[in-house]
Amino acid sequence: MESDKHYVLGVFNDEDVLLKAVSTVRQSGINIHEVYSPFPVHGLDEALGYRRTRLPIVAFMFGLLGTSLALTMQFSMLGLDWPMVIGGKDFVSIPPFIPVTFELTVLLAALGMVATFMVISDLKPYKEPRLFDIRITDDKHVMAIDLAKNPMAKQQITEVLSSAGAEEVNDKDFE
Amino acid sequence: MTEEKFEFTSGIKNKIFITLGIGLLLFIIGVLTVPSGHGHGAADEEGHASAIVEHQGLLASTDDKAEQHADDNEEVHGKGEHHGSSVTVKRIFANLWINNVYFAGLGMIGLFFVAIQYATQAGWSAGMKRIPLAMASWIPISGILMIVLYFIVGHDVFHWTHTDLYEVGGPHFDEIINGKKGFFFWPLSETPSFPVFYLLRMVLFFGLWFMFFKWIKREMLAEDINGGTAHWLKARKYSAIFLVIFAFSSSIAAWDWVMSIDTHWFSTMFGWYVFASWWVTGLSMITLIVVLLKQAGYLKIVNANHLHDIGKFVFGFSIFWTYIWFSQFLLIYYANIPEETVYFIQRMTTSQYRWVFFLNLFLNFVLPFLLLMTRDSKRQMSMLKVVCPIIIVGHWFDFYLMVTPGVMQHDGGFGLLEIGMAMIFGAVFIFVTLTNLAKVPLFAKNHPMLQESLHHHI
Repeated sequence: MESDKHYVLGVFNDEDVLLKAVSTVRQSGINIHEVYSPFPVHGLDEALGYRRTRLPIVAFMFGLLGTSLALTMQFSMLGLDWPMVIGGKDFVSIPPFIPVTFELTVLLAALGMVATFMVISDLKPYKEPRLFDIRITDDKHVMAIDLAKNPMAKQQITEVLSSAGAEEVNDKDFE
Repeated sequence: MTEEKFEFTSGIKNKIFITLGIGLLLFIIGVLTVPSGHGHGAADEEGHASAIVEHQGLLASTDDKAEQHADDNEEVHGKGEHHGSSVTVKRIFANLWINNVYFAGLGMIGLFFVAIQYATQAGWSAGMKRIPLAMASWIPISGILMIVLYFIVGHDVFHWTHTDLYEVGGPHFDEIINGKKGFFFWPLSETPSFPVFYLLRMVLFFGLWFMFFKWIKREMLAEDINGGTAHWLKARKYSAIFLVIFAFSSSIAAWDWVMSIDTHWFSTMFGWYVFASWWVTGLSMITLIVVLLKQAGYLKIVNANHLHDIGKFVFGFSIFWTYIWFSQFLLIYYANIPEETVYFIQRMTTSQYRWVFFLNLFLNFVLPFLLLMTRDSKRQMSMLKVVCPIIIVGHWFDFYLMVTPGVMQHDGGFGLLEIGMAMIFGAVFIFVTLTNLAKVPLFAKNHPMLQESLHHHI
């Protein structure tokens, strides 16, 4: 079976039921594709077993890049390319470089982090959003299970979901 | 959650007394080994002659009057400043003042932290507010010490206390200091004799801080007995008023107690600078005490999430201090006005202070910035236990650097005397804090935001 095409959706009304259902479903050996909810549910990340984001590392790297870019730029401009006397200071004097270095560090860290987040979350402008169920934008939580990634039969998954407290269990197929 | 009370055991007391004893010993050795006669005799003339010439040149270039003043003093004292006591005594006086200003700051930051928590209606800190409250018990002690010390160390620490500086046409007349006469003695006063205005501010500030400490503490303790939200609301009201008062008084206190040592010099950022230094030290002290109590089995309500929050405070305000430090430095560096740059010239180019100048930045910015950057390091007690002492020591050096060059000029030094005195003050401060912590319940069982703190999750 092709992946990312055929899903079973468990629809939940209550976030406490959802949280318990997530752990029972995972314990029964089912791989959960994603849980969609209209508001942040505390503890859902832990229940789904997600690793913490590594975005701070990306921010640090982009920050370092900004720092070195800013320093290289100023050193080469005022030290090598076009030395100028400004306020009677040395051509290359560190203190006036620091505000520029700081700003470029912050700028690149912030923009780099946003860009990385966009890329890893697959948020591109021309992307067609895949909506599993319109009610996740209103009042229902939806647990999506990719059939291709689970060896279990569809019937069995449906049973597990219903017994875990899903109000409805629906099929969802994408082209 | 059950009731919890800190027990000030004899084991902890012994450790504090041992620290105090070692501090006293080091202090005495330090006093005995300070090179005597240094700064009066020929050794000074040879050893530091060039540096003094440079220093005076900078001072003198501020205006013609100062040059006149320096030349006149050259004849009378052999050096451009008033001398008074011997080098050893001056050094002891300078250290008394450094430590008292530093620890007075820790006391007021204790109260400031509590007030901030009330004013912002913060819930996360509900379980640990008794520790800053206990630190604030130092306020009255430091207040009394400050006033007593002023009369003991005044003439040696504060150049402006010499009344001959204000005699128009006299040999020591100093136009710059004369212009600041009204601020020290009394506005519009013609003949300065006793610094009424200066001392009045000192008494007023400590009095106000102490009153608000009493009031906020009263509400916090009454809440343990009566419960409800009435006490919390009252404490918030007092906190809000205190914060407004503290904003002005901490700044003016910084000018009075620290900036006026370098009487010719001024910086409009100085109030913030001293506050930033006090604040990050106070936060580190609170964090350190919380971590140590937690490791001793107290503070069951505090978990990694609370440590993360207070760790962010320490991390953030280390950078805030650096930001203030750099703002002050860059403005003075760029404007390059002699009467301002002399402050940094004195600290950056003399061998006694140069290493402290860079150590200050390393301990208070580089290390906390790199060590506390990740999420995990703020959540782990082992890392906080490393970084907080670094900041506490680092900001002691910050105050050392603010006070010593102005008092000692080229006779300053760092040795066992300084370490011993800081240990004595530190031991007494911790003893007072823990004594007061043991007097009241450690756990605020009726705090209205306890549930929020229990479920705090970040």
